[in-house]
Amino acid sequence: MSTRQFGERVQRREDPRLLTGNGRYVDDLGRGALHAAFVRSPHAHARITDIDIADAWELAGVEAIYTWEDLDGRVADPLPVLIPHPAMTHARTGHCLAKDAVNHVGEAVVMVVARDRYVAEDACARITVTYESLPAVVGVDRAREGAHLVHDDVPGNVAANLRQEVGDVDAALAAAPNTLTLELAIERSACMPMEGKGVYARWDADEGSLRLFSSTQTSTGVRAAVAAKLGMPLAKVEVVTPDVGGGFGVKIVHPWPEEVLVPWAARALGRDVKWTEDRREHFVSSAHERGQLQEVTVGFDDDGRLLALDVRFWHDNGAYTPYGIIVPIITATQLLGPYKPGAYRVEFWSLYTNTVIVTPYRGAGRPQGCYAMERTMDAIAAHLGLDRAEVRSRNFIQPDEMPYDQGLMFQDGRPLKYDSGDFPASLAKLKDLVGWDDFAAYRAQAEREGRRVGLGIGCYVEGTGVGPYEGGHVQVETSGRVNVATGLTTQGQGHQTILAQIVADELGVPIEDVHVTTGDTRRMAYAVGTFASRGAVMSGNAVALASRVVRAKALRIAAEALEVSADDLEISDGVISVKGAPGTSIDLKTVAVLSNPLRYAFDTSAQAATQFAGTFDPDKPPVADDDEPGLEGQDFYSPTQATFANGMHAAIVETDPVTAEIRILRYCVVHDCGVMVNPLIVEGQVHGGVAQGVGGALYERMVYDEGGQLLNASFMDFLIPYASEVPTVETDHLETPSPLNPLGIKGAGEAGTIPVSAVIASAIEDAEGLTIRSMPISPAELWELRRQHSPDPVTAQEGPR
Amino acid sequence: MKPAPFVHHAPRTVDEAVSVLGEVGHDGKVLAGGQSLIPVLNMRLASPGHLVDINGVAGLGAVDITPEHVRVGALVRHAGLERHGGAAAALPLLRQAVRNVAHPAIRTRGTTVGSIAHADPAGEMPSVAVLTGATVEVVGPSGPREIPAADFFTGPLETTLAPDELVVAVRFGRLPAGTRTWFTESARRSGDYALAGVALVVTLDGDAVAAARASFVSVTPVPDVLDLTDLLAGRTVGDLPLDAVAEAVRAHVDPESDIHASADYRRMLAAELTRRALAACTTDHTEGAA
Ligand SMILES: Cc1cc2nc3c(=O)[nH]c(=O)nc-3n(C[C@H](O)[C@H](O)[C@H](O)COP(=O)(O)OP(=O)(O)OC[C@H]3O[C@@H](n4cnc5c(N)ncnc54)[C@H](O)[C@@H]3O)c2cc1C
Repeated sequence: MSTRQFGERVQRREDPRLLTGNGRYVDDLGRGALHAAFVRSPHAHARITDIDIADAWELAGVEAIYTWEDLDGRVADPLPVLIPHPAMTHARTGHCLAKDAVNHVGEAVVMVVARDRYVAEDACARITVTYESLPAVVGVDRAREGAHLVHDDVPGNVAANLRQEVGDVDAALAAAPNTLTLELAIERSACMPMEGKGVYARWDADEGSLRLFSSTQTSTGVRAAVAAKLGMPLAKVEVVTPDVGGGFGVKIVHPWPEEVLVPWAARALGRDVKWTEDRREHFVSSAHERGQLQEVTVGFDDDGRLLALDVRFWHDNGAYTPYGIIVPIITATQLLGPYKPGAYRVEFWSLYTNTVIVTPYRGAGRPQGCYAMERTMDAIAAHLGLDRAEVRSRNFIQPDEMPYDQGLMFQDGRPLKYDSGDFPASLAKLKDLVGWDDFAAYRAQAEREGRRVGLGIGCYVEGTGVGPYEGGHVQVETSGRVNVATGLTTQGQGHQTILAQIVADELGVPIEDVHVTTGDTRRMAYAVGTFASRGAVMSGNAVALASRVVRAKALRIAAEALEVSADDLEISDGVISVKGAPGTSIDLKTVAVLSNPLRYAFDTSAQAATQFAGTFDPDKPPVADDDEPGLEGQDFYSPTQATFANGMHAAIVETDPVTAEIRILRYCVVHDCGVMVNPLIVEGQVHGGVAQGVGGALYERMVYDEGGQLLNASFMDFLIPYASEVPTVETDHLETPSPLNPLGIKGAGEAGTIPVSAVIASAIEDAEGLTIRSMPISPAELWELRRQHSPDPVTAQEGPR
Repeated sequence: MKPAPFVHHAPRTVDEAVSVLGEVGHDGKVLAGGQSLIPVLNMRLASPGHLVDINGVAGLGAVDITPEHVRVGALVRHAGLERHGGAAAALPLLRQAVRNVAHPAIRTRGTTVGSIAHADPAGEMPSVAVLTGATVEVVGPSGPREIPAADFFTGPLETTLAPDELVVAVRFGRLPAGTRTWFTESARRSGDYALAGVALVVTLDGDAVAAARASFVSVTPVPDVLDLTDLLAGRTVGDLPLDAVAEAVRAHVDPESDIHASADYRRMLAAELTRRALAACTTDHTEGAA
């Protein structure tokens, strides 16, 4: 009997390879390839008046220098808008190389291809671009003032304005016994994968074909984009995703200019070309996220129940909108979390600024929405003098109200309808885990020791596993090896482990026999990509369905060979046997031989199969009309809507009474992603998510000056928390199965990140008795807040003692 | 992020190194652990034509302890100094401070002398150098010379070292019997350059303070010494005028605002850290513990 893998804490199968330095990333490939480097704009907003490349050509080892003028065909066109939306009235995208003007520091202007990266950068240093600088629009305030425009033809810098309303908010607010208005700010951060982007193109002149390796979250998307840009048949373009050192959203954007230019140059030069993004480039030419100003007006009754919620926010989308307005749409819809808002109106303006583009980063708009909602919950509790958990619980959607339709349109254009969840049960677990009811005593004890502590809470609901589809292909070789392919890519999540667990169980084979390939268009041509916490939901169900196809075929063939009914058979440990009569059996690998009428006895399985050769019917073809050779099968999983995971976090922080240093003493997570394929991996995802959340709450921000220069474009000044800054994360799980998919699972990838800023703000507020309206917060800022709030003018000047 | 082309020199002796430095003049840079220089080169903030790599130079790797000094050679890595039991016993402040320099990986490569030559006001070891009355041993084209640490630092990243001179060692001064030391700092993340830091030396005579001095990290343009002896001399441990000390620190330091913290915050922090250091230093009975 094979041990069941699904639901077990199976160790990650990919780790031994990755942890011993045997990973294979884009930069590990392409020895001997030419290297590309880019001259990037030092100006946030400027017209290009001249580009002088003469000096650079003098340098030995320079193979090509390209400006926009050199681009041809569709490569010269603006980059595509990936996800258009009717509300996005003014979508704008850049070019692969800047044409006439630049709109943010870091925009690529000239591409150099040279013998190696050193020479390429030397050449870049010799290129002189003359600019006529234009006023830069930096920050939401400047953007919405509209005194200067990022794009001349976009009035008010407004890329999109979208409003959704459920119920009559004005009437409900007017009738509400209590109302509050909160003005909130949250700053930019970024995905910052340890491996930046990278592209390596191999051009095969004989075949007229291209093989592209990209550090992407969607190989099929890149393939289609590059084929279209380069005017190539899809059949002549292959995109392979080797190991990817993190993505967190930035690598779902495609095609990046470099993803088009590198293969284009490879074809033009007839040589392999590669480009590896360096950290500085990643800071100024990839993508950021999070920056919003928000205004929330809430109406509520004396018990703290929401009657109306009126939200307006201004979203900084950077210089271009290639990825559409997914981020603000998610903020607008997922803001509601586990609550019933009463009447709800949300309106946002997505604004251009002369800064790096804004595209989804783990959480993708949800951290901002959760922050707005949870700050509001705390404000209501403070206003009414009620317990903060109690206020939340009074507004929960109840389990018997599931599925619950919020009446809004979600990011996938489908209704925002929660499939399942038990919020009261989750909250009970969280209160238990963190010791909510004992906190008053804990605080009193801390106070006696001269310490200042606070408790914070935040709840969220996360739409995960959005469609349209993902596929699985499962093939049993005559050796018994099971090859599984799915098209979405992997960036370290553990797909090799969880997909193998699923297939091992569905097929009844040892997990050691299962080999998973992701993100390789040679193995699976139809796929969407890895984002929106969709890997396990989409590909997990797809490989399960594909396994079932293969299993059915295996049983059919085995039934014929053993002359029994397929219903009487079971598969375990790679052996098909008659239930209750284990002696009557056939190996799955033998069935793989039988599935193919071309049966050279090359291997032992084929030799063993001859005993089942049987008699054949001379009137029938060797492969029946409705059959195919081989023991393999494919299926696609396509859901009607997203599944909605949820979670609740609580933290205890300590703030230094003098220096305002902030320490997280405990961090507790209750997490519900439906049925867990592998709790160990779910917890790892949660831990990583919390780490990024802590970064966003206490450390990370993109510091632009007024001229649009990014002042902290390095790991020295952009403070990603080290392991030493990330608290131990205590987790507990609730499993409310999703009714929407065969495995009952929901996504888990982004969960850990979403509420952290809200939770930490809540905890600091609780410790300090100050209102927190802006995140992230540093010790120096907390100290400044204390100074502003100090009633004592001397202390206010000198700082509290 | 690749450096501009440079010529790599690998001298085997101090004389050879100095002669190459003399030849290339302002176009040359000494390469020690590379933990400050290489990032600068990779970001092309500087592009010297010649690197004089001293990693193969004989005789620069020793820590020597004499009754007066702990002498640290130019190739002693931060990690080597941190682990050196003799140095820690002779002058506990060295280990107390050096373990605050960056992260283990960087300490394994970066040199203590290099960080003094680099003269970053956010560096820990320049501060320790001035506080212990260290002497910087230099060799130039005209032979060796010695520079008191107090005269060595002239501004942020600026020293009295000439481009053709090599620092071969720094001699940190040992402290009189009955002296306790303390080092503490506060950084945004563990191992980062500090927002503010303080090194403290307190000499006790029985229960009373005989002398006390402090120097700071990240809050003064060059490391210099604040003598607290006038404020503290004769006062008994447990009855120290901590507020007055904090006030003296606030008056002494001259921090700048940056994206991580305002000048006001850093001033407060330096004062508070000194107050805490003084309290800890005088009450903790393991000499020089931190
Ligand atoms: C991520 C990171 C964090 C860091 N954090 C800290 C920190 O918290 N505190 C801190 O103090 N430092 C920190 N550092 C810097 C580190 O301490 C360096 O080791 C040190 O500043 C320089 O020593 P080095 O041997 O690496 O010198 P190099 O980088 O090789 O040289 C630095 C400079 O000093 C000159 N130089 C070096 N040796 C000599 C010599 N013998 N004679 C003449 N000139 C010489 C070089 O020419 C160069 O100008 C950090 C570095 C990194 C990368």
